[in-house]
Amino acid sequence: MSLVLNEDAQLIRDQAMEFFREKSPVLALRKLRDSNDPDGFSRPLWQEMADLGWTSFLVSEANGGAGFGMVGLGQVLEAAGRTLAASPLISTALIGASALDLAATPAQKSAHLSGLLAGSVLTALATDEGAHHAPDTVATTARADGGGYVLDGTKSFVLDGHVADLLIVSARTDAGITLFLVPRTAAGVTVKRRIMVDSRNAAIVTLAGVRVGADAVLGKPGEGAALLGRILDRACAGLAAEMLGSSAEVFERTVQYLKDRKQFGVVIGTFQALKHRAAEMFAEIEITRSAVLAALVALDAGAADASQLASLAKAKANATFRRTSAEGIQMHGGIGMTDEHEVGFFLKRCRVAEASFGSTGYHRDRYARMMNY
Amino acid sequence: MASSATFRAETRAWLEENCPPVMRTPMPADETVWGGRNPTWKFPEQKLWMDRMASRGWTLPTFPKQYGGGGLSLEEAQILDEELRRIGARPALQGMGQTMLAPVLLEYGTEAQKQEHLPAIIKGEIRWCQGYSEPGAGSDLAGLQSRAVLQGDHFLVNAHKIWTSNAHYADKIFCLVRTDPTVKKHEGISFLLIDMAQPGVRARPIRLISGASVFCETFVENVQVPRENLLGELNKGWTIAKRLLEHERKSIGAIGDRQGARNDAPAWELAKLHAGVADGRIADGALREEIATYAIDAHAYQLTRRRAADEAEAGKPPGPMSAMFKYYGTELNKRRYEMILAAEGTQGLGWEGDDFSADELRWTREWLRSKANSIEGGTTEVQLNIIAKRVLGLPD
Repeated sequence: MSLVLNEDAQLIRDQAMEFFREKSPVLALRKLRDSNDPDGFSRPLWQEMADLGWTSFLVSEANGGAGFGMVGLGQVLEAAGRTLAASPLISTALIGASALDLAATPAQKSAHLSGLLAGSVLTALATDEGAHHAPDTVATTARADGGGYVLDGTKSFVLDGHVADLLIVSARTDAGITLFLVPRTAAGVTVKRRIMVDSRNAAIVTLAGVRVGADAVLGKPGEGAALLGRILDRACAGLAAEMLGSSAEVFERTVQYLKDRKQFGVVIGTFQALKHRAAEMFAEIEITRSAVLAALVALDAGAADASQLASLAKAKANATFRRTSAEGIQMHGGIGMTDEHEVGFFLKRCRVAEASFGSTGYHRDRYARMMNY
Repeated sequence: MASSATFRAETRAWLEENCPPVMRTPMPADETVWGGRNPTWKFPEQKLWMDRMASRGWTLPTFPKQYGGGGLSLEEAQILDEELRRIGARPALQGMGQTMLAPVLLEYGTEAQKQEHLPAIIKGEIRWCQGYSEPGAGSDLAGLQSRAVLQGDHFLVNAHKIWTSNAHYADKIFCLVRTDPTVKKHEGISFLLIDMAQPGVRARPIRLISGASVFCETFVENVQVPRENLLGELNKGWTIAKRLLEHERKSIGAIGDRQGARNDAPAWELAKLHAGVADGRIADGALREEIATYAIDAHAYQLTRRRAADEAEAGKPPGPMSAMFKYYGTELNKRRYEMILAAEGTQGLGWEGDDFSADELRWTREWLRSKANSIEGGTTEVQLNIIAKRVLGLPD
């Protein structure tokens, strides 16, 4: 498995970089924030992304997709990270498409997949119940009732939950953790948007006596944890790709500032105290880039170490983005503290992205467990 | 060129037949094969393996056959490397002649210099050492004061070098000398090749914090060096010196390769042994987190080395990455030994005696040795300066 992008992936990357630079600069996120946009992303722009085929990358060709895989989608996400573009790429093009492609029945596919591919159906993964990512901790219940189930519980941090048409919910049945496809409009589902520091999109989803049929089970009852694990591995690698893009962007902007800003009669980039920190960050970004690409490649290949590489990628992306975004503020000095300047958007995005699908500590622990220590 | 599958099959078969079983076992540092005029052999298979590999030119596999090299493509060399790793083969020959001097000889040497020196390096006949640092010229290498005065057909050399690794075992020294003291410091340096087996050259080993003496102080006093031993042009040695440093950084950075997530990774096993296990995890949670943090960085670094190799193979121009590898690889290697020591507790702090295992004593010494990694071949701080200037374009 080569760690070099092939021609297809390179084309996807170039196209995506241009797309986000032109159509969704950081200014677009600021406008969504300042206008209190109820969706928190641009639906027309999302339609353009679907038209470009990005919703189809993780859908196999047999299911009507393009099959460019995680390496392909990773390039799009990295480009989106460059401009902090808000979109349902992760919740829908990555998670929703993965869930349906990996485990949906023919009936479930025909009900949801074509809408997802077309950009008209949005999905959201409802798993975490507390303030920390803990996919194995599931208090939400799914009680067998008649031929179906009744779901009760609260999901505290559901990315894009407030705009999703279809929720992928983890709940505990007698057989164990099980995933369900729950329409947003089902009786008993309440969704409340949470306003996060990064101006992106998350919600609390409450399930109160929500009745679903047996045909709402995704995969098999009791086998939800393994399926969720596969979905989350992809989510980690994909989000890590986005964070890599954001890290590289905030770093490059900061290096440019070091070349522009003058103090004591010279540009501050001549100061060794700043040069060395910049050089260290450059190295961390290159190291992170390798971890992210290796994870994307391994997931596409179904490699035995794909889960480990997903945790590796997320752990590195978390730490690297934390460092580059914090140094972005420090090296910009006072101007970096102003809302008018864009560097602060990167710092805010970093913390939410870090907490999504597992903090650095979570993934270090997971990596160590997989290494049997 | 044979197809890669054919090449792999033939290589595998040849290695199977020619690599002695004992040369497929993990290698203690004192069994490194250095070659040279007066080689020391711990057992005959060392020489056998070196000679067999050298006969195919595989001690420098990508070098042209006309100089004794293997003439392999990058892809073939990669396959050879993989096949060597597959059977756990020890390096047939190591040394500064191979990793540092040979590449610059190939690039800057005259035809006569290449014919004289490259086959001798490849066959392990001559062992080289590096005359770079001086007591007054460490990080400021270009400030060196060793002198060479051109007198007709020879240079009269007076040099005082330090940190010359294994100079007391070396046959020849490649040496930076000042040939013009009247110009800017970078513009008066030349690159000389000096035979050490002559009066006026001596090397004095320096005892280090590890107790070992791998470094020397080397003196060249009133020695005549033939003019044809000048590599490149007179007073243009700094360019060659820098190029050689890139190769040195690469080979030092490669120490990071050994520390992958799966191989040769005793830190977590040692931690389980000495700190105990609770619920399948290292019982000391802080130590466990520290080890995992290190292991993740080491794994990601190894992937970066692989990515760079893949990019080279795909024909992408190499980035100015050697400074990054040198910086990151050596800092990682230091962390690796810090982790080993932390995991061992007091068992990692023995100096000698039978209260400690051979491995424990070795790791202690290697921990001390590792502290030089981020100093030799250009300090970490110098590497960061290089990245800042050449990669990031930050001004002086």
